[in-house]
Amino acid sequence: MGGYLVRRFLLMVLTLFGMSVLIFVMLRMVPGNIADILVDAAGIVDPKEKARIAHDLGLDQPILVQYGQWITGLAHGDLGYAYVSERPALDEIAPRIPISAKLAGMAILFAVMLGVPFGVASAVRQNTWLDYLLRVLSLSGLSFPSFWLGLLVLMAAVQWFGQIPIYDSEPHGFLEDVRLLALPAMVVGFRSSALIMRLTRSSMLEVLRQDYVRTARSKGASNASVNYDHALRNALLPVVTVIGIEAAFLVGGLIVTETVFNIPGVARFLVEAILWRDYPIVQNLVMLIAIVVVSMNFLVDMAYVALDPRVKFAD
Amino acid sequence: MRKRLAFLAATAAAIFVVAAPALAQKQGGTLRISHRDNPPSASIHEESTISVVQPFMAVFNNLVVFDPKEKVNSPDHIVPDLAESWAWNDAKTELTFKLRHGVKWHDGKPFTSADVKCTFDALSGDEESKSQIIRKNPRKVWYIHLKEVTTKGDDEVTFHLDKPQPSFLSILAGGYSPVYACHVPDRTMRSKPIGTGPFKVVDFKRNESIKLVKNPDYWKKGRPYLDAIDWKIVPNRSTRLLGFQSGEFDMTFDSDVTFPLLKDIKAQKADAVCEGRPTNVNSNILINRDAPPFDNPQIRKAMVLAIDNKAFNQILSEGHDLEGESMLPPPAGVWGMPKEMLETMPGHSGDVEKSRAEAAKIMEGLGYGPNKMLKIKVATRNIAIYRDPAVILIDQLKKIYIEGELEPIDTTIWYGKISRKDYQVGMNLTGVGIDDPDVNFYENFYSTSSRNYTGYKNPEIDALINQQSAELDIEKRKKIVWEIEKKLVDDAARPVIGHNVANTCWDAKVKGLVLQVNSIYNGWRFEDVWLDK
Repeated sequence: MGGYLVRRFLLMVLTLFGMSVLIFVMLRMVPGNIADILVDAAGIVDPKEKARIAHDLGLDQPILVQYGQWITGLAHGDLGYAYVSERPALDEIAPRIPISAKLAGMAILFAVMLGVPFGVASAVRQNTWLDYLLRVLSLSGLSFPSFWLGLLVLMAAVQWFGQIPIYDSEPHGFLEDVRLLALPAMVVGFRSSALIMRLTRSSMLEVLRQDYVRTARSKGASNASVNYDHALRNALLPVVTVIGIEAAFLVGGLIVTETVFNIPGVARFLVEAILWRDYPIVQNLVMLIAIVVVSMNFLVDMAYVALDPRVKFAD
Repeated sequence: MRKRLAFLAATAAAIFVVAAPALAQKQGGTLRISHRDNPPSASIHEESTISVVQPFMAVFNNLVVFDPKEKVNSPDHIVPDLAESWAWNDAKTELTFKLRHGVKWHDGKPFTSADVKCTFDALSGDEESKSQIIRKNPRKVWYIHLKEVTTKGDDEVTFHLDKPQPSFLSILAGGYSPVYACHVPDRTMRSKPIGTGPFKVVDFKRNESIKLVKNPDYWKKGRPYLDAIDWKIVPNRSTRLLGFQSGEFDMTFDSDVTFPLLKDIKAQKADAVCEGRPTNVNSNILINRDAPPFDNPQIRKAMVLAIDNKAFNQILSEGHDLEGESMLPPPAGVWGMPKEMLETMPGHSGDVEKSRAEAAKIMEGLGYGPNKMLKIKVATRNIAIYRDPAVILIDQLKKIYIEGELEPIDTTIWYGKISRKDYQVGMNLTGVGIDDPDVNFYENFYSTSSRNYTGYKNPEIDALINQQSAELDIEKRKKIVWEIEKKLVDDAARPVIGHNVANTCWDAKVKGLVLQVNSIYNGWRFEDVWLDK
């Protein structure tokens, strides 16, 4: 197990190094840089102004030198300066991380709390009206675009409550978090919940047909014990994989939801930074996302061991 | 005696009547406004967008300003701001301002004539001053005739021009012409600017908010009425307008409400005050005259003849946009050509079919027809307000054997593409900072302007621009302005589709707001605005 962990860790480092090169090169392949945009945004056509700004920002240096500066800084915890705000990139990124993390956490929590029990219920009551209803619900979750659902929720909030949750300043306390983030979290989590529901259902249906489930029933175990103690635990492995992947890829859903609900999180900030070719912000944020994805994969692998004692990682 | 008493009584009554509205104004409260996007920076002098001027104009003062109580910006409606008075020399080449005493910057340092000098030295191109307070200078051409700025003590400053320029005072009165502090570096001006204005910047959080608070030491006693202004950056328009309907915002961003959306707003919030006004932003067509096929003046002429401005107007704004050429048309615009003259221009006459028949004949003469269409690309920024007119243009050009293909371009590479001349036809929007021919013509059509991004060069037009700029007689000047407009049409320099009209809404409790009808870039000082609650 120890040897496996070391190998996994080294692989993670290698993956992240590859990611850093990819991010850096791809970003520079996109047409236009911050100097173009700053000058163009002011409606000026003057190559000299562009060249001067590019020089001031070090964009005229060889690409290897620029990469070296970024990676060296990153290794020392120095993320550089944001081009647009001219503030340290860390100061720009750090306050936004908790906002998106809370939103993503609440969304995943909502998705799991809705998806797993509904998936189990759908499987246990297969081909009943409840199963049909839940399947329609899960299909809706997969087919409703987040921006459309978000706007619908906002319109309903205006119509019924006369107000909408507008993120004004950093919420203080759990209740304030819930007040501001619950609705957007539900919108983001709805799609994930649908996926989790469908996977839980199919996984449960497969497990419920296994011999050991029949044996448990024949031994007189209660329905709840059979469904939850015997079947669900074994059906959860693929579900956990999906939860892990969904958590990692939630950023895509957050971009839309943070925009519609006007939440100043990292996802919306990342899109804006890409539009402005704000390299220090984009590079560091995408690296952060890469670290989250790689770490989530690692945690999912570890969760297999906890959930299924048969799973062993060879040294 | 009785007469004197009656006069005193009448005077007292008049004072009471005049003073009554002032007594009704209430101090305090926070005005909450939605903002449409992330301002590129807070430095007005470095940017060219309403996204910067609207929130940050309240942080600054100008030397003079367009009277905030008047709806029309015109040379007759200019009032003192940081200058107490001004005077021209006889030759109209020197403009001297007496400055206000005791004005302080938000950081407590005194405002002096040196600040005025370094601001306008920087704007007119002095590299040393520029390096201190600004990084970019999009409106350098506004100061094309400014030779030098001199000071006399701390309270007097003189602008020396190389020729008479009656518009110079108007240029100084616009929202794009605040006075900057010499001691504040450019980086600070872009992130947390320091001004002398009625509001101080507390915080400018990118993608999030702009918070301004009342300047308690503002030189204009009793102003501003508001304690604070909170701008919330909400990029999604539906969310912004829902926020306004639900009372999260007291006011929409300027011109954020289109005519179809206005119906929604009125249905959901019946007491909202909404005002539609011309923005002095016009939709126009860029034609690459340096490359085939539009290097042929005949094809350019045919294209202009094929345009039906009324159809654009009807589809895009339910008929509310204004028809005009380069200058905003009257009555909102001070300088645009009169209606009867406009009707003689291609695209504005009642008989579009006749113009199109003439255009089709030109195209047929060049060998084009239903079986041999001229294939072109119509490039535009990939934003609805740009794309929609481009689609209509493509449809109209089909009628004269031109088959257009829409080429949506990412905003970040749009201007670069235009300046490289890597386009055939482009759909564009042009915002005019001040309704003044010098501002519009020098900026967009003068051969040496850094904002003339189509690279239009016409010595005859340059000469006429200089001629009108120096003309002191307004009526004579108008005639030259109209001649320039006509020549620009004949030359298909930037055929104008229409002048936009859009709505701004606010809650009924917001009082004292006057929207100016001939430019969206002025009148955002907010010092006379108050909340009735």
